Amino acid sequence: MKKAGMWCKAAWAGVAAVAVAAPFAVNAQQYKGEILHPMMVTRTGPFATASTGVTAGQQDYYTLVNMAGGIDGYKIVWEECEFEYKVPRALECYERYKGKWKMVYPNSTPAIFALAERVTKDEVLAINLAGGRSDSSDGETFPYLAPVIANFWAQATSTIAYIGQLEGGMDKLKGKKIAYIHLDNDYGRQPFPMFDELAKKYGFEWKSWALSWPALEQSAAWVDIARRYRADYAVGWLYGQSCAVPYTEIAKVGYPMNKYIGSLWCGTEDDVGPAGPLAKDTVTANFHGVGKDFPVIKEIEAKVYKAGKGNAEPARVGSVAYNRGVITGIIIVEAMRNGLKAKGAPLDGKKVRDGYRMIKLDDARLKQLGATGLMPNLVFSEKYHGGMDSQLFQKWDGTKFTTISKWIPPDQAMVQAKIDESAKAFREQTKAAPAK
Amino acid sequence: MLAMAVAAPFVLSEYWIKAILIPTIIFGLSALGLNIVSGYAGLISMGQAAFMALGAFSAVIAYGRFGVPVPLAILLGGTVAALVGVVVGTPSLRIKGLYLMVATLASQFIIIWALQRVPWTGSGSFATLNTPPVRIAGFDFSTPTAKYYLVLVVVALMTLFGWNLVRSRIGRAWMALREHDIAASIMGVSMLRYKLLAFLVSSFYAGVAGSLVVFGWTGAASVQEYELDVSIKILGMIIIGGLGSVLGSFLGAAFILLLPILIAVAMQRVAALTGGGTVSVDILANAEHVVFGALILFFLIREPQGLAKLWFGLASWVDRRTGTFKATKGGGK
Repeated sequence: MKKAGMWCKAAWAGVAAVAVAAPFAVNAQQYKGEILHPMMVTRTGPFATASTGVTAGQQDYYTLVNMAGGIDGYKIVWEECEFEYKVPRALECYERYKGKWKMVYPNSTPAIFALAERVTKDEVLAINLAGGRSDSSDGETFPYLAPVIANFWAQATSTIAYIGQLEGGMDKLKGKKIAYIHLDNDYGRQPFPMFDELAKKYGFEWKSWALSWPALEQSAAWVDIARRYRADYAVGWLYGQSCAVPYTEIAKVGYPMNKYIGSLWCGTEDDVGPAGPLAKDTVTANFHGVGKDFPVIKEIEAKVYKAGKGNAEPARVGSVAYNRGVITGIIIVEAMRNGLKAKGAPLDGKKVRDGYRMIKLDDARLKQLGATGLMPNLVFSEKYHGGMDSQLFQKWDGTKFTTISKWIPPDQAMVQAKIDESAKAFREQTKAAPAK
Repeated sequence: MLAMAVAAPFVLSEYWIKAILIPTIIFGLSALGLNIVSGYAGLISMGQAAFMALGAFSAVIAYGRFGVPVPLAILLGGTVAALVGVVVGTPSLRIKGLYLMVATLASQFIIIWALQRVPWTGSGSFATLNTPPVRIAGFDFSTPTAKYYLVLVVVALMTLFGWNLVRSRIGRAWMALREHDIAASIMGVSMLRYKLLAFLVSSFYAGVAGSLVVFGWTGAASVQEYELDVSIKILGMIIIGGLGSVLGSFLGAAFILLLPILIAVAMQRVAALTGGGTVSVDILANAEHVVFGALILFFLIREPQGLAKLWFGLASWVDRRTGTFKATKGGGK
């Protein structure tokens, strides 16, 4: 399916704009065949801002791969299914393209939970980078789910470790107060057990401010955090439009902006951009490099966008959400390539899952792909589906993010213990024997 | 219609069964429950999704943790929801209309809050519980067809019951309360009994629908699937389908759940006809909402009494023209 080059903002105004189709160049390249890759997308609703960037990043990377001859000669073609970040629609999309899925990536934690049973039965891997079920790092209990990079528990422990670093050592956390302001759902609540254990271990105090979706009204919470609780640090676990809300509130109550640390899902320009200079000095987590200074991103600009085949506005290239898309694309293509190599064409969900378990993105491989510094090293196996990763921290200077920390690792032992405990509880609840 | 529903798995593909029919009849059942309390008894309730959540969690805990057989677990899901429903319904004795709506709105938030917070539910930090493989008396309900029949049997029985209930003495009492509750109570209809009974039956239906979501559709009870917007959608179903109509509940569920998908697929096909790529994917995605909204407006203006009225109008028109379908005379379903 050929995609138009223009991403048209005017659509919002209801202007019936007709995008100029990319020139249908006669395809000089001969492919051995095609790999149909259905994609779940969110182009409408409160989460569309970042989500469209992630989608475009993937599609641009597929285009780049196709221009270089595809995956071992196979061209990736994709079809979109819009599901609006809603669970019933995600299930419908899944059924509509059933049997055609190579890997499911809804970019929605609730959708992952609802899809879990079906993908396991149909043997298709469902991934959610830096999201989904934290315990699905355990590939034996969850053979068809994967958090890929930095599950929520790893994120939580890494963020606390960063605060420890700011204070000059984890022992300095003793007696400190950390306010945790979050969406009251499975995304915002997943860090709870980690905070509990860390608080016990390092002797700090933490308190939760739960906001119900869509969390656009936060003034009471911030007054409470700044004036009554007098938190030393505030950690946010928000998403979509709610990410931009704290900055005005923080400015209003006079809380120091650099003491507010957002989760990595609030770490895109789309999240902080609306607050602009007001949010200066705020910090958010991230799991990858920002900007365009990576060979693969430059290559996409030089080849894909020059040929008019880009899937986003050119200005979005290199943004956080976009880079996440490229990283996702790299992982999916790598899984497909491994699957093809090991099991041969035609690809199906199980072969791609097996390919995923063979992923070995070490320094050498990342260099080949032009992604050094863009993403951490990733090595997966049957037992380990990813998730135990470090975070980077980035500072907002009013117009853009700059990375200000080294990779900060999670508390591996603590996260692993929780994964084991939670996976065990899952096996007991569903009485499923560990899959072979 | 029942014959058509029974034959469906032989004619339709798995996609239709799993993605279209099962969710439609489950939500139709929940909408029927809401129609009993709102359409028949005239009490607005905004907590239907939360009652579904209660049913879903009760059923999955009963089956997964305590090994209660599935049919009993479904019944239990309904019962737990019904008991809570009665408590939620008590304000209806003193307040009505918008005030009652706000009171039931509170129940939506409190129930969801409790399901996430009470450690005993075991929903943990994911706020989700998965069900073990569904087995009834040794028979495995893992195929879509088996799941469909499980859902269909429960929904058909409860629809039949509901249909008879609203035409019984109880149903007439509810309608009397709806028209004028003080007048009805002066004439001897007990407000306490019938208002609470309406909430009881309504939330029982929601609870059963919730447990069917777990056993027949998604395989998991997840708090995220029962947020406020689902309650609003169910309210939309009965308004568009027809307040005080059993058939309307199912028509409304089909309208709200399926029309957006139909529009999206249709637009994708049309866009593909033009060679693809002439219309940006963003416009297509957003146009779906515009068309859907316009259709809601159209149907509500064209027939404020809902799809059920349109349906009967159509049936009687066919009847007059052809002289067949004698059975539909006198209102039918």
